Amino acid sequence: MTAILTLENLSVSAGSKLLVSNLSLSLNRGERLGLIGESGSGKSLTSLAATGLLPAGLTASGSAILAGTQVIGAADRELNQLRGTAVAIVFQEPLTALDPLMRVGKQVAEPLARRAQRDGAPLSGPALDKAVLALLDEVALPDPQRIAKSYPHELSGGQRQRIAIAMALACKPDLLIADEPTTALDVTTQAEILNLLDRLVRDRNMALLFISHDLPVVANTVERVVVLRQGETVEAGNVAEVFRNPRHDYTKSLLTAARRLDHAMEGRA
Amino acid sequence: MSSATMTAPREQKRHSLILWAGLVLVGLHIAIALLTFVWLPYDPTAMAGGRLEGPSLLHWLGTDRLGRDLLTQMMIGSRIALIVGIGAVAIGAAIGVTLGLLAAFASKWLDDALAATLDILIAFPTLLIAMLVVAASDTANLWSAIIALGIALSAIVARLTRILAKRVLVMDYITAARTSGSSWPKIVAIHILPNIWPTLSVNFALQFGLAVIAEASLSYLGLGAPPPNASWGRVLQEAQGTVYTAPLGAIAPGIALVSLAIGVNLLADGLRDTIDPTRRAR
Amino acid sequence: MTLVRVDHVSFGYTANRRILDDVSLDIAAGDTIGLVGESGSGKTTLLRLLLGLTRPDSGSITFDGKPLDPGNGAFMRTFRRQAQVVFQDPYSSLDPRQTIRSIIAEPLRSLKIPGDHAKQVGDALEAVGLERDVGTRFPHQFSGGQRQRIAIARAIVPGPRLLLADEAVSALDLTTRIRIVDLLAGLSKSMSLLFVSHDIGVVAALCRRIVILEKGRVVETGDTASVLANPKHPYTQRLLASVPRLSLNEVSS
Repeated sequence: MTAILTLENLSVSAGSKLLVSNLSLSLNRGERLGLIGESGSGKSLTSLAATGLLPAGLTASGSAILAGTQVIGAADRELNQLRGTAVAIVFQEPLTALDPLMRVGKQVAEPLARRAQRDGAPLSGPALDKAVLALLDEVALPDPQRIAKSYPHELSGGQRQRIAIAMALACKPDLLIADEPTTALDVTTQAEILNLLDRLVRDRNMALLFISHDLPVVANTVERVVVLRQGETVEAGNVAEVFRNPRHDYTKSLLTAARRLDHAMEGRA
Repeated sequence: MSSATMTAPREQKRHSLILWAGLVLVGLHIAIALLTFVWLPYDPTAMAGGRLEGPSLLHWLGTDRLGRDLLTQMMIGSRIALIVGIGAVAIGAAIGVTLGLLAAFASKWLDDALAATLDILIAFPTLLIAMLVVAASDTANLWSAIIALGIALSAIVARLTRILAKRVLVMDYITAARTSGSSWPKIVAIHILPNIWPTLSVNFALQFGLAVIAEASLSYLGLGAPPPNASWGRVLQEAQGTVYTAPLGAIAPGIALVSLAIGVNLLADGLRDTIDPTRRAR
Repeated sequence: MTLVRVDHVSFGYTANRRILDDVSLDIAAGDTIGLVGESGSGKTTLLRLLLGLTRPDSGSITFDGKPLDPGNGAFMRTFRRQAQVVFQDPYSSLDPRQTIRSIIAEPLRSLKIPGDHAKQVGDALEAVGLERDVGTRFPHQFSGGQRQRIAIARAIVPGPRLLLADEAVSALDLTTRIRIVDLLAGLSKSMSLLFVSHDIGVVAALCRRIVILEKGRVVETGDTASVLANPKHPYTQRLLASVPRLSLNEVSS
């Protein structure tokens, strides 16, 4: 089986400064991979490099093959095609990811219509509306009719993130990249969104690249992890194994910290 | 953090280049203005040579239609431009910053009322407001022009101050200052003004340029400083009729105006970047 | 001894409910209390009331037996010295244009606290684990965790009896977070601590007592260990069930 995403010796640099160095990983359909790291670890840059979205001034080298296409050095037109179909990203802050002046139903309709167009089965009018409502229903938004007519500021943080996920799903991606998707949310909302992502990835047999600094969240979401520190891969492997038996000192210190809070909650401080 | 590390040496070099260019341009005008108090090539009101002479060793910029030395006129113009610019900006800043801070602290309805008033005032061109103020005062002289321009500029300053102050007011360090027992006047003096100053000062430089140009326009319209105060606007106006035979009379004030306005802006940019601790490298 | 008493306090109205609705809680001298709530719980509003930045619509707050009255200048000067705060965002809580020394000395200056201010600032820096001589630098020269230490130094420099922390570790990386939690735990030995947070793990590690706030109401309160072990209110139960844990994963795998 060919991988959806293969990174080989991927490096990102700003001028002479190396921000991500020699990162390699591979991800198949149905697989979930976590990128763990603290601020400055380069975890978000990795996902941007893999999708050709690096901001100006940053350059990527090495290889990033997304759905059979080499992303590094590819033309933007080619990448646009890829981003609307093979891959979709959900970001941390749904409020900035959504257009504040557009009803959310319309925002979901846009990628939906684009994808349908590309598939050669254009959607419009009532059929498109119906597809939007179906998608809102799939991300478990209550009363899709009402939500579709709302503006982003009229929704809660959790609801906005569901809209962002619906927009990502509208592209029917093979790979879903979730960059700290629950960091801005309340704990109870986080649990709901994680459940939703879990179900969607399973139902649609997508690959999931899950980027987070939160070890317990990663532990409960993915099967494999890559631990990053200041752009370097310090450890990679099966999540249960890495967390039970960390080899690198940095992973150990992260786990010690996380475990302390865990134990405190169970009264084993 | 990353922005600080990005302030590479090249950026710094650019900053100091801007500062130096500004210093040279403004310094030149100041030097000329100071020189006029102790020395002038000719009596600015007297006929110093033939009419509309071209540049020569005796008259570097030639003479105007009354035979007065153009260089002398231009030098006095520097002095007037600086006085007008500094005076108008000082008045505009004093009124504008006070009003802007008041609005930022005011209750919602008073703030809304002030903001609406300022928006209406700003909708009128600076020059038009200044003309109205000058017209309202009996005699048109240099000071009435300066006061008029200062009042006209104050609306722009007030609006900017209000927005900037509101942005600072929501920061946690303002709340921390309150819980540290600092009074509001103290908070304004040590937290709000220093944090809005960099943006304000750049704006003041823009206003300076505006004021100098507006004064030239007032003089051009005969509403500025009366003779023998040869402001650049007046020189320009007087050269208007002879622009084809003696173009220097129109070109020189233009170059002087632009060089001073650009110089002040560069200076303000450069100073902001040098003074601002957050723009200095680590 | 009760240091702070919040007595049937209500505040503000939104479309159909109060921001705080009949909230009562006591902070005993020397106690560490975790105030846990999600967005919209009213925890930040309660903190502002406790700091005397806003007045409650009804009910009363007393500090050291005296009513907390923002209009009483003489009382507020003593109060400000005794109650200090640390905020969530270390990038917004330090004035970018002031030196570290000047930032930390602000309470000393404004509250006219006598003594050698330079020495007091140095002591505070040392107490939060920074070098004494960093005072001449500016905030942007420090990392998030270091900035939070500076903010804590400013809070402890007047020698407060009550430290209020508003999500003070939430914006920090995990390893940094633990270090700041340890710092606060050390400080809480000599002062009362009210730690406002959505992060139950951190509260569990730091606070002896816990208060759960939901939509402006206190739904559960008690000894942290027993509330976590045996949550009574459905909201507390749901909250605890939502917290992702490492250990669950380890047990199941």
